[in-house]
Amino acid sequence: MMRFMLPLVAFLVLAGFLYVGLGLNPREVPSPLIGKPAPAFTLPQLHEPNKQFSAQEMKGKVWLLNVWSSWCVSCREEHPVLVDLSRQNIVPVYGLDYKDKREDGEAWLERGGNPYVLSAMDAEGRVGIDYGVYGVPETYVIDKQGIIQYKEIGPVTPQNLKNKILPLVAQLQAK
Amino acid sequence: MKRLLILLLCLMPVLAFAGEAKDIAEDPVVEKRMVGLAENLRCLVCQNESLASSHAELAEDLRREVREQIKKGMTDKEIVDYLVARYGDFVLYDPPVKSYTVLLWFGPFALFLIGGGGLFYQLRKRRSNPPESELTPEAEQRAAALLNDNKENQA
Repeated sequence: MMRFMLPLVAFLVLAGFLYVGLGLNPREVPSPLIGKPAPAFTLPQLHEPNKQFSAQEMKGKVWLLNVWSSWCVSCREEHPVLVDLSRQNIVPVYGLDYKDKREDGEAWLERGGNPYVLSAMDAEGRVGIDYGVYGVPETYVIDKQGIIQYKEIGPVTPQNLKNKILPLVAQLQAK
Repeated sequence: MKRLLILLLCLMPVLAFAGEAKDIAEDPVVEKRMVGLAENLRCLVCQNESLASSHAELAEDLRREVREQIKKGMTDKEIVDYLVARYGDFVLYDPPVKSYTVLLWFGPFALFLIGGGGLFYQLRKRRSNPPESELTPEAEQRAAALLNDNKENQA
């Protein structure tokens, strides 16, 4: 009996590991920044280059920082979701226009609608590096103390918004 | 005219390649250190490539960042820590021993010990009780006679 059980158990263990592995997304790298203060930055705004925006101004508010770009393909998928969210006035969404040209970024928002309170211009991608951005779009949920509570890698979907992001926002706003 | 055209065509690749050189820094010492570091770091965009060999834009930016930090006089450890703080242990091709990497580091040794132990146990069991003959005494006698016969024939 033992002779058959042992290989069977070994097989089941291996099959279990492989099955779990099938469901994992290797592109999703957990961010070490969750639970840490959002890196400070001061950048010129997209629409008003003479004005600056800095993450430190947002202390006391729960807000979303959405990293986007006019050249980013998945951003197109996510854009209507953000536009819809901005109409509901639940949580302010700020944009970080990552490695983009000003006129391209402006044209892009003109076409698809502008869901952002404002966008900051990260032309060289340095702030992106500080935030550990590696695949646009990425969205950060930042709480009143300026701590990153959640990071969505890839496009925000209506499901994720409803199931994860908005409940978290409500919970953080209540604090 | 034809020759001039051919000559110009031959020079085309030279012009085409001109863009590639941008990535190489002016300072070969800095470059060498940067490449040495980047070879052990993983590119986040093309995950099976090192930061040194990747052509992804992010990899270029990170190489620029590493170069600047080398020029600022930061140590290798400081630079690696800088990247780990932003992208996590994922960027390291040589992951540190932590609670969740124990299986990764010691799993193969554990498997080796289990396999080796099993083999050792099986071999010892086999040696201590050799398989008993299933032949009847008569059959054994016949076998012995046949074997002897064979030997005599050969001689």
